[in-house]
Amino acid sequence: MAEKKSRFSRLQVLSVLLLLLGLFLAVIGRTRINPASVSALGFEKLGQAVVPAQRGVTILGVVVAAVALAALVLSKRNPRMAAAALLASVMVAILAILTALAQGGSIDLVGMLASSLRMCTPIALGALAGILCEKSGVINIGIEGMMLAAAAFGFGANLFFKNIWVGVLAAILLGGLMAVLHALMCIRFKTDQIISGTAINILAVGASGFLRRAYLVKAYFVGQTLPIVKIPLLSQIPVLGTLLFRSQPIVYAMLIMVPAVYFVLFHTPWGLRTRAVGEHPRAADTVGVNVFKVQYINVIMAGCIAGLAGAWFSLETVGSFEDVMTGGKGFIALAAMIFGNWNPLGAFLGALLFGFADALQIKLQILNVPLPYQFLGMAPYLVTMVVLAGLIGRTTPPAAEGKAYEK
Amino acid sequence: MTAESKRVTKPSASWLSSVPEMAIPVLAVFTALVIGAIVIWASGADVLKAYKGLLEGAVGNVTNLTETLVIATPYTLAGLAVALAFRCGLFNIGVEGQFNMGALFSVFVAFSVKGLPTHIHLPLSLLAGALGGALWGAIPGFLKAKLGAHEVTNSIMLNYIAVKTMDFLVKNPLRDKTSSIPRTPFILKSATLPPLLADHRVHAGLLIAVAAIFVVYWLLWKTTLGFEIRTVGANPDAAKYAGMSVTRNFILAMVLSGALAGLAGTGEVLGTNRNLPASFISGYGFDSIAISLLAKSHPFGILPAAFLWAALRNGAGLMQVRAGISIDLINVVQALVIVFIAADEIIRRLYRIKKPKEALREIVFTRGWGR
Repeated sequence: MAEKKSRFSRLQVLSVLLLLLGLFLAVIGRTRINPASVSALGFEKLGQAVVPAQRGVTILGVVVAAVALAALVLSKRNPRMAAAALLASVMVAILAILTALAQGGSIDLVGMLASSLRMCTPIALGALAGILCEKSGVINIGIEGMMLAAAAFGFGANLFFKNIWVGVLAAILLGGLMAVLHALMCIRFKTDQIISGTAINILAVGASGFLRRAYLVKAYFVGQTLPIVKIPLLSQIPVLGTLLFRSQPIVYAMLIMVPAVYFVLFHTPWGLRTRAVGEHPRAADTVGVNVFKVQYINVIMAGCIAGLAGAWFSLETVGSFEDVMTGGKGFIALAAMIFGNWNPLGAFLGALLFGFADALQIKLQILNVPLPYQFLGMAPYLVTMVVLAGLIGRTTPPAAEGKAYEK
Repeated sequence: MTAESKRVTKPSASWLSSVPEMAIPVLAVFTALVIGAIVIWASGADVLKAYKGLLEGAVGNVTNLTETLVIATPYTLAGLAVALAFRCGLFNIGVEGQFNMGALFSVFVAFSVKGLPTHIHLPLSLLAGALGGALWGAIPGFLKAKLGAHEVTNSIMLNYIAVKTMDFLVKNPLRDKTSSIPRTPFILKSATLPPLLADHRVHAGLLIAVAAIFVVYWLLWKTTLGFEIRTVGANPDAAKYAGMSVTRNFILAMVLSGALAGLAGTGEVLGTNRNLPASFISGYGFDSIAISLLAKSHPFGILPAAFLWAALRNGAGLMQVRAGISIDLINVVQALVIVFIAADEIIRRLYRIKKPKEALREIVFTRGWGR
């Protein structure tokens, strides 16, 4: 099957994709944008930059393509430089897309970035959950279900205890509880991990729907969401303040947990043990690591993180619970995990990309772009498929994932 | 080669010795219903009233029984779709999308192609539906075979894309402008699957579903093609060394599986609904997985499993009326059945069923991302 060594590296595939995107943008800019219109790009209170839309988009598109080409050339000799160039190219591409959108009007760049960050929160948390599971050798496609059930039960607890923080706690605990089920099935009963994850997903749809129709619809709709927490002084910094220090609690939690999980996985004895279990459980066992304990703890921790991501849906954004409100974000999180090559920092960048796609899609709907909303809504799923198809086989998953360990 | 064939054909042979094995699905359903009863009791409703309502709603009279058969028809075809892919070691979680695509393709042919006699128009519409599903199934099959992308994530993404595509098409180019609700025009009489009983909705799609069971059985166990599919499913490496093309079989199995799923959607359009509404969200995708697992992925097990599932679905309405229990309880029961069948050690321990001496090699789906 896919045992053959892939001829192209991850960087090369991404460079080619961006090269194509850059050329596409340049052509769009040249042919489809009214030469007379201008785009205003706002930077919050700092004012705005007014650029001619056609020339702006075309030039930026060419820059994207050129930088991506440079990354492609560099990818063999200097991967680090190539990665940096690629990141720069992505940023310019985003700027180009926004310039194209803002023609004849204005877009606040900072607001756009802030909403990307907000939209990426559940994806990034889900990706962290996936990484913790898979680094210890357990595949978890049930993250979607864990999020969904946690969203429902968290909202239920909020209604019942009339305290939103209790709701968040309940969501985290319920995510953990679902993970206990997954862990038992995968580690104790050695069920196929994909089937176990599917069962979790179905269970979540049933249980959350049951809870909603049996109890939640009868209760008063409160619409209460987690408050925006402004960090004193820091939130006054222009741009950065809006982006990072004027957010809701789960966004903060995500921003803290991404580096925290990275640190734990790569710089602590526990992380070393986890990775050993995921790569070669027999060897880990031989040197005295308790394989099952490491797997249980990682899977359950991951469930708690997925539960927090679930709380984001019902308690941080909407303030209520709707059927299947997670809308595939759990699966997109897995794509972000693969995108980031099982590294929390990379996965965060991937999640940010998906978050941007989502924020962009919403913005496009608001701007009344002449494209059917169904096609705009497809964008995140299509991006996921392209990323998965382009990168799989070029990333290296933990070697022993998916196989139940037999002592 | 002969040793290989002996092992692969094992599941269908010597069924007498596997009676305890066949009891596991039954016990799994039973245990799930017991837990369901506990949930009903805990939420303060009358368990007996609820389950009596469930039974009566499912098979209580001719109307209820035929309605159960109406639901069992797509379940059978969709369950077969998942089972066929399972046999090739593929987890087709994209039945939902293939089902929708089948419905979309068939409804288009069924209402727009005019002036054909029934014996041409009806088969043409059925074929269109199968083609729609097959195309949608081919995408994850191709991505898996050529790039190694896991079929589960890709087919889930395709489910969302299919639903949105259908929503767009039904609300815009294919919409019946004379209707106030967004739906396609009604299909022509020449493309209708005829009802089997006067004044009841059960239609000829049921016969197609039953025929499909035998076709899939014949294909899997009586043809070289089926032998290859099963060998790839049991052990892709062995299949490769025996000179079979793993990639070709992956794509082929997904195409056939998608065609069956598409046919399930087709039956809903040509037999039950007679048009395609924008709100055609079926939920057959997950149900079909449960049905296939319950049937142990054997075609002959699909019919009883599909009937049971349809009975649960159809009876749930009356259960809700009689005992005030939300129909979502059935989803919970369904998920529990999957849990118990997937982790059959729970059931074995609970009812003291020994593991078979010569453990059959179970199909493994968890090959990780891109392997």
